[in-house]
Amino acid sequence: MSDEPTAPSTVRGAYGAMTTGDPAAWSRPSQKLWRMRMVELAIVGGVAAIVAVIAAASGHAVALAVSMACVVAVVALLVAFTRRRYRAWGYLEREEDLLVRRGVLIQRLSVVPYGRMQLVEVTAGVMERLFGLSTVKLHTAAARSDARIPGLEPDEAARLRDRLAALGEAKAAGL
Amino acid sequence: MTPLVRGGRALAALAAFLAFTSVQRQHGQGTHIIVDVAVAAAVFVLGVVHWLVTRWAFDGETLHVETGLLRRDTKKVPVARIQAVDVVQPLVAKFLDVAELKIRVAGSGKEERLAYLHHDRALALRASLLAAHHGLDPATPEPPERPIATVPGGRLAWSVALTGSTAFLIAILIGLGVVFTVSEKAGFALVTAAFVYLLGLVTGVWRRFNSQYGFTIAQAPDGIRVRRGLLGSVAETIPVRRVQAIRQIEPVLWRPLGWRHLQVDLAGVGKRDAAGGSGSVTKTLLPVGAPEVVAAVRAMVVDDRGVVLTAPPARSRWKAPLSYHNLAAGHDRDVVVAVTGRLRRVTCWVPLEKVQSVRRVQGPLQRALRVATVHVDVAGRRVDASFKDRDVDEADRLVDELATLSRAARSRTIPGATTAP
Repeated sequence: MSDEPTAPSTVRGAYGAMTTGDPAAWSRPSQKLWRMRMVELAIVGGVAAIVAVIAAASGHAVALAVSMACVVAVVALLVAFTRRRYRAWGYLEREEDLLVRRGVLIQRLSVVPYGRMQLVEVTAGVMERLFGLSTVKLHTAAARSDARIPGLEPDEAARLRDRLAALGEAKAAGL
Repeated sequence: MTPLVRGGRALAALAAFLAFTSVQRQHGQGTHIIVDVAVAAAVFVLGVVHWLVTRWAFDGETLHVETGLLRRDTKKVPVARIQAVDVVQPLVAKFLDVAELKIRVAGSGKEERLAYLHHDRALALRASLLAAHHGLDPATPEPPERPIATVPGGRLAWSVALTGSTAFLIAILIGLGVVFTVSEKAGFALVTAAFVYLLGLVTGVWRRFNSQYGFTIAQAPDGIRVRRGLLGSVAETIPVRRVQAIRQIEPVLWRPLGWRHLQVDLAGVGKRDAAGGSGSVTKTLLPVGAPEVVAAVRAMVVDDRGVVLTAPPARSRWKAPLSYHNLAAGHDRDVVVAVTGRLRRVTCWVPLEKVQSVRRVQGPLQRALRVATVHVDVAGRRVDASFKDRDVDEADRLVDELATLSRAARSRTIPGATTAP
């Protein structure tokens, strides 16, 4: 937190840093998140393959081949999409607010001032717990503030949570 | 006073239910009436018991209310946490000259109710509570208010008639009439089948007229005083500091007449707001009004003279072909204004100091057109103000500007970091 280069102060600059892949600017979820997503996809793909086999077992070999090919194609598309989605997730801690960027088809950027953060939630689903990851969610008084960062390592999640909570309290403003 | 009024509402509902069932049933009415009367008597007795065990006291700093027979429920409301005190008089209470006090408390879900004091006593208690809240001697009389606008009954009636649900109701009634002339049996069957639905529609229309009748707005030091109600009257205060957004709605049927409807979103815990968000309460600021009246009322809450509205670039028409005509938005140092909607035109004003977060959203079509939407969020779930489909450079610039300006606006209103109660 002390010798990091100053975060870009404009959204243009922040986006530019994202596209040029400047590592010092945006922070990303952990690599393990990608592995977790692959495991999820593998499970889904396996189940779909089994279902396809069972469904086509009564028919000809051609039907079986076609259904398997469909399953493979869909899983491949999902893998590519999930990869892009994983790469698109990022967060940037600025002086007065936090930027969270996510989404592939619908790209979203949230700017949440520290003073408006009412609740910082750290949760972990079943898969996340298996991989030792957690999700940090920010809540403001607005129900539509949707800043969340999945797949964070435990110490990064704890650091983020503590920093956000401290900054939120320091810069708090009333409703 | 309390038990009769509490029983009153139940009795009215019971009478309506009795009328409905007697229409339907042919035999065995005797036993049913006995059961219903027994239920009404039970409610009455419960009301008496509740009245016997309710006690209240105000010592200048805290309002104590004790209720409950089996489980004593003691509520202490410190005056510092009072946000608003409303005086409500349901119909039966009006006959008996009693009123109920509804106190909105900071940080609590529901409103605290003190049921059925004498009307004058209720007003006096309200004045003392508000005086004590502002740090004055509780005996200070209520500051005078400056009346701003009144909604005439005729205009309200017309405005209720010219809404979608009324038009729907009229269409249904006409359809029923047609069916009746064709075949009486079929008509009766339809009526009984759709009775509940029709009742719901009629109740909705009536409730709207009843609750907004005689709408009077006055300006007072502690906020905007609103008095309204036909059978039951409500006197409420809308604190201007807690307004998160103000919305002006022009439904399509009102446009030829130039009438507008104003709503405000107030910070506070809304009804059953579960996942995230502090919630907000939406109150009607003006049910219907001509443009000048609407502008005068709006000026009490927000000052938008410095705002210049701009339209999105022409190519956004591809994304929003129907609503492009009305799309406009703008901001100055203090307030964001956004206009959306084609048939039902909605203009939303958001004070920058109330902004919670700023979001930039870009869908695939928007990416192809090189436009993006910038949303400005406020407390609660209602629709926010947004700069729809702006050029990407403008959208990026807006995100920065709005974030900076909202921070500046926040520090202007609240010098030093304090959390409001």
